[in-house]
Amino acid sequence: MMDRSIRAVKVWSWRTFFFQWEWLLVLIFIAVNIVNSNLSPYYFSVDTFLGTPMSFLDKAFLVLPMTMVIILGNIDISVGSSVALSAVVMAVTYNAGLPMPLALLVCLAVGTTCGLINGLLMTKFKELSSVIVTLATMIIFRGIAYVILTDQASGEFPKWYSSLGWGSIGKVPIILIVFAVCALAFGLLLHKTSFGRKIYGMGNNLTASRYSGIKTDSVIMIVSVLTGLMAGFTALFLTSRMGSTRPNVAQGYELEVIAMVVLGGVSTSGGKGRIAGPLLAIFIIGFLNYGLGLVNIQAQVLLIIVGLLLILSVLVLNIRFRGTQRSVPSAVKSITPPEHPSESSS
Amino acid sequence: MRRAATFSESFRELGLLGFIVIVCAIFQIRNHNFLTLSNIRDLLANTAILSILSVGMMMVILTRGIDLSIGATLALAGMISALTVNSYRAISPVLSLLQGTAVGLVVGAVIGLVIARFNVLPIIATLGFMNIIRGVTYLVSKGAWVSSYQMSDGFKQIATGKVLGVSNLIIFAVVINVAFFYFINHMKTGRQIYAVGSNPDAASISGIPRTRIIFLVYAVMGALSGFAGVLWVAKFASAQGDTATGYELSVIAAAVLGGVSISGGSGKVSGLILGTILLGILNNALPLINVSPFWQQAIQGVVILAAVLTNVLVKRNNQHFALRKRAI
Repeated sequence: MMDRSIRAVKVWSWRTFFFQWEWLLVLIFIAVNIVNSNLSPYYFSVDTFLGTPMSFLDKAFLVLPMTMVIILGNIDISVGSSVALSAVVMAVTYNAGLPMPLALLVCLAVGTTCGLINGLLMTKFKELSSVIVTLATMIIFRGIAYVILTDQASGEFPKWYSSLGWGSIGKVPIILIVFAVCALAFGLLLHKTSFGRKIYGMGNNLTASRYSGIKTDSVIMIVSVLTGLMAGFTALFLTSRMGSTRPNVAQGYELEVIAMVVLGGVSTSGGKGRIAGPLLAIFIIGFLNYGLGLVNIQAQVLLIIVGLLLILSVLVLNIRFRGTQRSVPSAVKSITPPEHPSESSS
Repeated sequence: MRRAATFSESFRELGLLGFIVIVCAIFQIRNHNFLTLSNIRDLLANTAILSILSVGMMMVILTRGIDLSIGATLALAGMISALTVNSYRAISPVLSLLQGTAVGLVVGAVIGLVIARFNVLPIIATLGFMNIIRGVTYLVSKGAWVSSYQMSDGFKQIATGKVLGVSNLIIFAVVINVAFFYFINHMKTGRQIYAVGSNPDAASISGIPRTRIIFLVYAVMGALSGFAGVLWVAKFASAQGDTATGYELSVIAAAVLGGVSISGGSGKVSGLILGTILLGILNNALPLINVSPFWQQAIQGVVILAAVLTNVLVKRNNQHFALRKRAI
């Protein structure tokens, strides 16, 4: 059902169903789990599969809007800084005497404002690419976090707040439930609403979308604001899990999040990809991380692996989509005059 | 007519120069030790590495690209040359410099290959390689530092030495900038870089080897980062895994501030040098007027954003003016 329905007629066949990127991801996920289970005899248990996600799902909230951003053909490298700024402002306002529930709202509001600023810059200054806009805001947001908190940590939150990250209802962690709800909402928004179709349209051809009456500015704006809101959510759960916050939290999140989206089969040239791929990629990288922890591999090796995964999946995707990319230089060919028929006959 | 055109072309450089003068005046009023010869010399020596890297970054940005991996490349090349000096103390400084440059060139060539041959977006490729190279640096050094006492005096002399009273660093930077000025303005390949950046399709059609140019740009950027890595390690007499983390942002800031357009194809060496100097002043002189170092990052970000937005507004204004003149 979640097929890329750009084609007018969808013909279901075994071949198109099984030759999909998502099946490859499922295979990778199974392979990671087989390796992990060989490393630890206690691996296959309900606790592992429900407990492990607590450690990596915080950044997964960012994967959802980032999928939209990349399908739009843009990129957002300011997400890590937005998380840091939201977390820092939340901690400071709480310690200044604001009740905790209000501080949580402040956190979400700050994240949303960060997204709003990105969106405003991108829509008011269309000449600028999203790379440079988010690069600048990445430095500014992180810089403001340093100005507010210098090099100190801030924390001492109420007890109940830590249950947001660590607690569970029955056996299911709270963070997993919240994430499932968000993922469902984003999946429906992307694949079942006209808003989602507009995102695909803009990713494929922005100018054509604008001329066909799509309010492209407001789409970019909404996606940016959603990105900021999710950065706020990430900040909430991350701080809850860590117990305190510093200006340098969430450093390098942009890489991991973009790597997950791209590994999930979303093309960086825009317009292609589904939400299911990045969702699988979150769990692949998360459990891979867990397995590397089991054998005590340094964090730096994980850096290398995530970087390699990012580059390799872009390479593979580029080769896979080459058929569609070739159509661009064909416009160049049409400029050269067609051969004269008399030349070929002579 | 011609004079008016040249004036509007150099408007940006004059503006930057004026801004530098104003900033210097403010700093001088706040702290009377700012405009002393020794301080200026220090400031220029501290800006030299930034200037060497911004030359490479200008080429990358001219082709509509960006390179986030240079801080990591710098660290890797610096670390490898420091480790070599640690095990072979007698190695000549020239060889160290060549070694660092070679390491950077190899890294840059791999990145260039991925971007030029396989059409990976520069931001994605360099973001990935930034982490790969940083990880490799930690693996190579096994997480340890190389400190001052482990380096030979000859190695440290690379950065601290002087020729005729002028620091080696400044001489390297001046030579590289002059060579770059000649290359980008008067050689065929240099002009082809502008062509590829301002209209990639037109460049391809007119027979410019686009893939090769893009590869070349990232390879040269890598080589310059490697060279700068040796200078960095020799200057601070310490090589660490996290050397120059985030330095790529300063370099991009310097290029953007100097008027290198992020959409490719336009930018001048004179602007680049002024932009680098202005950023060097902001980076090095803020502690002199008692601004907390924690403000530095935020100020840098605002400066980048302001420079980029000014670029856009000036360009819009020019277009508007041109259209009005032709009564359209």
